[in-house]
Amino acid sequence: MYGNDFSAPEDAPGGGLLGEVAAAEAALRAAATRQRGGGPGPDADLEAYFADVIDADQKIEPRDWMPEAYRKTLIRQIAQHAHSEIIGMQPEGNWISRAPSLKRKAILLAKVQDEAGHGLYLYAAAETLGVSRDELVQLLLDGRQKYSSIFNYPTLSWADVGVIGWLVDGAAIVNQVPLCRCSYGPYARAMIRVCKEESFHQRQGYEILHTLAHGTLEQKAMAQDAVDRWWYPSLAMFGPPDGDSTHSARSMAWKIKRFSNDELRQRFVDMCVQQAEILGLTLPDPDLRWNEQCQAYDFTEPDYAELMRVISGEGPCNRQRMEHRRRAHAEGAWVRVAAAAYAAKRSTAREAVAA
Amino acid sequence: MRSPFDFALALGDDALVAAQRLGEWTSRAPEMEEDVALANIALDQLGAARLLLTYAGELEGAGRDEDALAYLRDDREFRNCLLVELPNGDFAVTMAKLLFLSAYQLPLYSALAGCADERLAAIGAKARKESAYHRDHAALWVRRLGDGTAESHRRMQAAVDQVWPYAHELFAPWPGAPVDPAGLRGDFDAYVGPVLAEATLTRPADGWAPAGGRDGVHTEHLSYLLAEMQVLHRAHPGATW
Amino acid sequence: MSGTDSTSPLWEVFVRARRGLAHTHVGSLHAPDAELALRNARDLYTRRQEGVSIWVVPAAAITASSPDEKDAFFDPAADKVYRHPTFYDVPDGVAHL
Repeated sequence: MYGNDFSAPEDAPGGGLLGEVAAAEAALRAAATRQRGGGPGPDADLEAYFADVIDADQKIEPRDWMPEAYRKTLIRQIAQHAHSEIIGMQPEGNWISRAPSLKRKAILLAKVQDEAGHGLYLYAAAETLGVSRDELVQLLLDGRQKYSSIFNYPTLSWADVGVIGWLVDGAAIVNQVPLCRCSYGPYARAMIRVCKEESFHQRQGYEILHTLAHGTLEQKAMAQDAVDRWWYPSLAMFGPPDGDSTHSARSMAWKIKRFSNDELRQRFVDMCVQQAEILGLTLPDPDLRWNEQCQAYDFTEPDYAELMRVISGEGPCNRQRMEHRRRAHAEGAWVRVAAAAYAAKRSTAREAVAA
Repeated sequence: MRSPFDFALALGDDALVAAQRLGEWTSRAPEMEEDVALANIALDQLGAARLLLTYAGELEGAGRDEDALAYLRDDREFRNCLLVELPNGDFAVTMAKLLFLSAYQLPLYSALAGCADERLAAIGAKARKESAYHRDHAALWVRRLGDGTAESHRRMQAAVDQVWPYAHELFAPWPGAPVDPAGLRGDFDAYVGPVLAEATLTRPADGWAPAGGRDGVHTEHLSYLLAEMQVLHRAHPGATW
Repeated sequence: MSGTDSTSPLWEVFVRARRGLAHTHVGSLHAPDAELALRNARDLYTRRQEGVSIWVVPAAAITASSPDEKDAFFDPAADKVYRHPTFYDVPDGVAHL
């Protein structure tokens, strides 16, 4: 899961999402077969070669020359994405112990486990840029790198698990699918893998909500309440409006991103309206209506002042989430040290035998 | 008298309560990779629990499905061993619990795979592969913690000492059961003994042997575990999820 | 990897997804030793399939030409069906899900 709110925007289409992931994967393979030679010649202009590779929609790989700003932008973005996956385990993990059926418990456990896996894929992708996971984790723990602010909201009922799947994962997918075409190879490949696995997340969320919305009156009220609380924070996941965004033409030129925050937000709203109707739930926006001229829905923007407050640390759960992560890290230290000590003993013993 | 229903229920409850405890580790493991590993083991236990409870419900013939058995029984009606309901403690305690549980479940499921009851045999055949993985995982960590640092050694020995007494209940005789657990103690000792030795840990002396889980007399911990697990389901009687 | 975290080594993971295929690089992970690396690789990179063969190689032991290449994805496997989107009932007519 991933939002866009903590930094600059991202790209993203919508609709037939798995198909778009498959198309991105095919494009990646096609680009690979188009590849000329092995790399720049000895006298080549590295910067021009880099620009050529990008222009040709080919992938930059870890040992290629790249502008330092490209490297830094990617490290920050991938790391924040990874942090979001890891912190994002908490709000849903909150309901594993109380899931209302054994089937739902198994699904939720598998989903939260996937998020840990996605965090690990992403840290690994970031590491190809010459930074260690430990450094990145430390930046998170020190509060010097952010994660998606959506996870600073509490999961107050079981319906929140459904809404996170439907709206939060839905928004994340809208953000992530275009990243499958990112110019940096390891990130693009990690995103393809993540998107394939995440498609189940959104559907399980929608299924939970559909069941609740067609269940008892209490269940339906629970579902509506969750939609009411998560709708605007989900819209805010796409980041500040384009006018206020630090969204850089450079990242566009580098093909790290392809769509603006507002484009993605609009795409997301257009997807959600019909899905909400089928659920029989109401999106909490009285001004939501079809605009024939624009061929898109008009909608009320989220409260960006609130978004800024949450990003700056004053969301309902910022402190709790960070406390939780720091505690897990600190309480696990003795285990990590023990494993390292054991490995060191074994390798010393092997050397002794060899000698 | 204990029936085939009681047997399936006991095994299912072991797996369910173990899954519930392992699930508590989610987002709290000592390393992110271990978060993924513990979730895998929890999912395996939960999967076995669902098969066993579903079968138990069929044996009973009273129309109870896996959820009715998991969510609508009180602690006195649960038949799991005490070992699985003990709190997670630190990572050493969790690994000691997992080592003992899996060193019991592996020979149990293996024997079940060859028993006359086809349903239990099928469940055993599936679950034993998973148990082998759980046992390896626990042993791997017990060795590392036992023979890691002074602190990890101290914690691992303390964990083994704390949990050891609860291992005895696993092998209480159950005459007439599809597999009598009393016959599995040898396998358990043959595996656990060398692991403890390699981990430079001392096998605790046998003595105090708390029991009662198979009769529904549990530790104080189970009621809390169930209160949390069942709260939502019970708040909406008859609802579908 | 303690408070000040001495990094555990990086391992590259190669998986044979099915009989008849070569091992393919799927990604990397951290582990203090080979045994743990293998177990972590099993958990992380084969969550959706069974019956594969896995190699782990210390990243430091790899000598690479330039540029480095990393690739490969798994086909989903059958065991845990709830991991696959088709497991979920989507009401007729819902688009973009």
